[in-house]
Parts: sequence; structure tokens; C-alpha cells
Amino acid sequence: MSDSAAEIGRGVAAAGAGRAGEAAVRDYIALLKPRVMSLVVFTGLAGLLVAPGSPHPLIAAVAILCIAIGAGAAGAINMWYDRDIDAVMSRTRGRPIPQGRVEPAEALAFGVVLSLFSVMLMGLAVNWTAAALLGLANAFYVFVYTLWLKRRTPQNIVIGGAAGAFPPMIGWAAVTGGLDLAPLVLFGIIFLWTPPHFWALALYRAGDYARAGVPMLPVVAGAEATRRQMLLYTLVLLPVAPLPALLGVAGAVYAGLALLLGLLFVACALDVLRARDERAPRRMFGFSILYLFLLFAALIVDRAPGLLPGLMG
Amino acid sequence: MADPQPGTGERRQSEQERRAYYRSKRGKNLAVLAALVGFAVLVYLVSIVRMGG
Repeated sequence: MSDSAAEIGRGVAAAGAGRAGEAAVRDYIALLKPRVMSLVVFTGLAGLLVAPGSPHPLIAAVAILCIAIGAGAAGAINMWYDRDIDAVMSRTRGRPIPQGRVEPAEALAFGVVLSLFSVMLMGLAVNWTAAALLGLANAFYVFVYTLWLKRRTPQNIVIGGAAGAFPPMIGWAAVTGGLDLAPLVLFGIIFLWTPPHFWALALYRAGDYARAGVPMLPVVAGAEATRRQMLLYTLVLLPVAPLPALLGVAGAVYAGLALLLGLLFVACALDVLRARDERAPRRMFGFSILYLFLLFAALIVDRAPGLLPGLMG
Repeated sequence: MADPQPGTGERRQSEQERRAYYRSKRGKNLAVLAALVGFAVLVYLVSIVRMGG
């Protein structure tokens, strides 16, 4: 990030700091990035439900709770570190730290304590493989993405996106105590989905990122190169998304929907490539969220007939 | 015209701020209490499940 943007960010953050102490419970909830958390929880739940085996419903619920708390904790630490650029960007300047409602040190402590708590609870209540994966996901998001890549390279969300792809593996490990090819494919799906998802956002928020000095691909390489890269990722994702059906963790319903959604995702990327306005990337960003939600919902629904008897005991 | 009671407005404002501060503190305390009770219940239930398995 450029020094001037960082200075502005620190100044804005400091100006708001006088109102610290007014933090309400909703500010701490906002630190957990609840919208991001909901998608993380959903993909984690899908991993847990498609895994072979039938965990006790309470243990399954604790595993999901740990994934939610762990993801939220990583989000809080991310907000602590990025408070200077959050204060500069219009999308994030309303967050609790730039607004001065939560002290930065308090947000850091909140995130670290919750992160450790979620990993320990996962280890003690579920199993240590799932706990190790949860700890690894959190460490990856904080140290690799937030602290190292985000401000240094336009490939930040390509590599850093791996952190968001962990939840299905954690869910799977919570049931089986290990890993297999199927959860790795689920990891791959989210990994390939992340760049077009974030670059769609970055295309219509490029000015924001440029002001904050974050080297997102549209800022560094330009909109045209970003559009081509987005299309490339959607094309690679197209044959990968139906793979869980070939591996036996999903059926024909999932495979069909994965193919259909994949084609629509490619169509969105082509639309972004052709159109020169802001609306196409906005549409693609919205569709990308729907894509992931429907894909993992199909995975769950496809497994549902075999799941219910197991969960009922 | 001079303020009949100098500083009344400031006192009222500081009283309002004090009340808002305690209201938010009370909310946080209740949230921490709920989290601690929830954790204790969770540990109890998980222990029963794990010992039963």
C-alpha cells in the first residue's frame, strides 16, 4: 500500500478512535464478517454431510460452530490489520474499527482468542485432524493472505483464496478423521471459483482499491487482462465442478446442475469480456455467490436420502 | 440572556453519554454471560456424548 494512503487511513482511524468504548454487541458481530461466514459455514456443512459416516448430531453441530467461529476470528484479525486501508475504501469504511467503535487492540485480542478457542474446541470435541485443518486455514488467511500477499501481489486472492476453500475439507475431516480425493476436489472447486468472484468485485471497485494501494489485478494489469483471466478460471472450473459425481459423493442431479451453473458462469464471464460497463461485473459477482450456494446445496440435496436415516440415529 | 444554570446543557449531554456507555457495556456483559453459559452447557453435553460413544 502506498504511504500516503496508509497515512490517510491511519488518520481517519485515529479520528474515530475517540469514540471507542461505545462498541455494542453488533460491532463485535460485524468483526466476524457474518456474510462471509455464512458461505464458509454452508460449504463446511456440505463437506460434513457428504462425507462417509454418520457423526452424532451434536458433534456435527459443534464442528460447524467451530468452523463458523474460526472463520469469524480470522475475519476479525483481518479487520485489525487492514484498518488503515478499510478507512480509505468506501466499501469498508463503515466497519467498526475505522469508525472508532472498537479499539484495534481489542479486535485483535477478540480474533486471536476466538481463533484459539475454535481450534481447541474442535480438537477436544470433534477430532484433531479437523482442528489442525481449521488452524491451518486460519493461519493461511491471516499470515499468507492478509499479512503477506494482499498488499504485495495481484495474485493475492488466487493464492490467498485457498484459505476460503478449506471448510469442505474441515467438514469432511470432522466426520472421517482424515482426508480423501473428494474433499480435495471440493477444495479445488472453491479455489477456482474465488478469483473470478473477487475480480468481478474488483472490476467495479477498482478505484477504491487503487486509492487504498491494494494491487488487485484490475489496478495492476488493467480491466482487459482481468476479464480474460476471469474467463479462463470459469472455463477451468467448468469440468472440475461435476467431478464429485464421478467420485461417488454426488449423483446425477448434482452433475447436471454443476454443468448448467458452470455454463452460466462462463456466459457471465463472456458478458463481462464483451461489455465495457460496470453492470456486467456486478451481475457476475452476484451470480458467483448464487453459483457456489446452489452447487453446494445440490451436493447436500443429492446426498439427502442417505443422510436422514444416519442423522436420525 | 445568560444561561440560568451555567453548564446545564453540558451536564445533560454527559449524563446521556454515561447512560449510553453503561447500556452498551451491559449488552456486552450479557453477551459474554450467554457465551459462557452456552460453552458450559456445550462442554457438558459433548462430555456425555463422548463418554457414551
